[in-house]
Amino acid sequence: MAEFKEISPNASATEKLTNWFENRFPTAFFEYKKHMSEYYAPKNFNFWYFFGSLAMLVLVIQIVTGIFLVMHYKPDAAKAFESVEYIMRDVPWGWLVRYMHSTGASAFFIVVYLHMYRGLIYGSFRKPRELVWIFGCAIFLVLMAEAFMGYLLPWGQMSYWGAQVIINLFSAIPFVGPDLSILIRGDYVVGDATLNRFFSFHVIAVPLVLLGLVVAHLLALHDVGSNNPDGVEIKGPKAPKDAAGHPLDGIPFHPYYTIHDIFGVGVFLMVFTAIIFFAPEFGGYFLEYNNFIPADPLKTPAHIAPVWYFTPYYSMLRAITTQMMYALSLILVVAVAWTILKVRMPGFIKAALAGVTFVVLWTFGAFGITGIDLLQGIDPKFWGVVVMGGAVIILFFLPWLDHSPVKSIRYRPSWHKWVYAVFVVVFVVLAYLGTQPPSPTGQLVSQVGTLFYFGFFLLMPWWSRLGEFKPVPDRITFAAH
Amino acid sequence: MSDTPTDASKRTWLIASSCAGVVGAGFAAVPFVSSFAPSERAKAAGAPVEVDISNLKPDEKLTVEWRGKPVWILKRTQDQLAALPKLDEQLADPQSKRKPDELTPVYARNEHRSIKEDVLVVVGICTHLGCSPSDRFQAGPQPSLPDDWKGGFLCPCHGSTFDLAGRVFKNKPAPDNLEVPPHMYLSDTRLVIGEDKKA
Repeated sequence: MAEFKEISPNASATEKLTNWFENRFPTAFFEYKKHMSEYYAPKNFNFWYFFGSLAMLVLVIQIVTGIFLVMHYKPDAAKAFESVEYIMRDVPWGWLVRYMHSTGASAFFIVVYLHMYRGLIYGSFRKPRELVWIFGCAIFLVLMAEAFMGYLLPWGQMSYWGAQVIINLFSAIPFVGPDLSILIRGDYVVGDATLNRFFSFHVIAVPLVLLGLVVAHLLALHDVGSNNPDGVEIKGPKAPKDAAGHPLDGIPFHPYYTIHDIFGVGVFLMVFTAIIFFAPEFGGYFLEYNNFIPADPLKTPAHIAPVWYFTPYYSMLRAITTQMMYALSLILVVAVAWTILKVRMPGFIKAALAGVTFVVLWTFGAFGITGIDLLQGIDPKFWGVVVMGGAVIILFFLPWLDHSPVKSIRYRPSWHKWVYAVFVVVFVVLAYLGTQPPSPTGQLVSQVGTLFYFGFFLLMPWWSRLGEFKPVPDRITFAAH
Repeated sequence: MSDTPTDASKRTWLIASSCAGVVGAGFAAVPFVSSFAPSERAKAAGAPVEVDISNLKPDEKLTVEWRGKPVWILKRTQDQLAALPKLDEQLADPQSKRKPDELTPVYARNEHRSIKEDVLVVVGICTHLGCSPSDRFQAGPQPSLPDDWKGGFLCPCHGSTFDLAGRVFKNKPAPDNLEVPPHMYLSDTRLVIGEDKKA
């Protein structure tokens, strides 16, 4: 137990009250200092550093509006669609709460994508921040599950058929797949049971996990300290510090960054409310038009696409066709042949590698080109699912893929910026194609895009080391203003 | 680490009780995981459906619901039937040999995949990811379809195409032909879906 502090009888009432609490609940005071008033953050945060606090803001908006929506919504296949209409038309201000929630979902992904991009360009995932990044990726993954399950609840055509497609993805897993998808749906088709359990997950289970991960993300961040646009450690052993041991290049999070972030919140809310009031459907991207039609299990809408934030991955799923598997097989053969010829290793390992490659090629269906049934391997549908999942899972490994000697893009060779630029363009193009109906050109472009997306990450250990790196300064670059 | 020597017996009991705890938690999880499975009510649903097809004209399609899924009953024209064998080259499984027990009952294992030559009965759910394909009965070039299209179905989700016997075309995301549900005729125009004369 901490020592009991006596206070002078002449102290003011406020001081006495504070002292009373501090003696009984010192943890609150200690944690406030650790995370707010004495958490030193680098002085040189720029525009990109708004998005972390904005993600927190959107999380709060989603939780608060969600609580109010649950008061009027009915998780019943016969009533769900109608109850959403009821919220929109009859509940006082219900339309606003619902639009805040639906716009908040898209805003969440915009903010999170920008937040992740910031981490990518400034190397915020590098040692010692690997766990901060991994918790962040887990948040992203859980957020996708949360958004997907929430999207079923209005029980519109897109809700229904989107869930149908995504749940059927699981049935592509060999052996257990079909039973697994029945277990997820709780019925042989998407129905009332599915709606009810998705409601439970969306409202209770997943948000709890999400909150836990957010806490872990922040605690881990505050343990290792924030990165900054220069990628210079402000709390390292060599970094300059004042007499009290605080970094000279840092400032207390509160009040400096709290005020700074409130400015960001102000700008964000202007955009956010403008969308809520003037374009809540956002041209069919935030709320898809087909979702204003009640779910009809007998008829798939002529064009179905997931909501925009899933479309890059959806494009990659669609890119995996039999021909794409032949292309991937060819790439695999070339990569393995190169490894066996160029890398020194014992002969038996080479033989084992060749053997494994042979089996993998069989599962890829590479020998299916012969037309023999036995050699068909695993259905491309399964590999499509693997690619789609892999596109997210690969992010977890980023700390070990990036071998660049410097953290921040600022001190990397200039052409690295182009690699990142192409990566962003590819991601946006994949997202766009995912919203479009299937077409031969679109398919080819998304296949090239998928190869680039994975090439960017998988070849990163090689390309991130190449080029002439610029000298990294000892201290952050910061001009007082 | 403390310097106190490990008490081997305490350690053994600690490990044993931890294992017992894990096993207990495993058993406790069973009812919760099992509750995800379809309920008795969901299992009981899915009675056979009877349909009267006397008013079905050639080139017309009727959709009925069976076990929550759309079942199509399509009456094909003589021209459409004549076109079927010509497509074999372009199809992934023209003879319906894949997964015959799940997809094609014995009485539908023929070129036209039906009991009556002209009446096709299939579950209108794409074997890829479960969307319901749209009708594209009109032959000839049209968006998302090849120029030599002879009529069939196009899945709006991922572009899989099926011919008028529900057979999937090659190099499409869907791996298999559309499922022919168990069905039988009570009379010339009365059809039962969900039951057949196997027994």
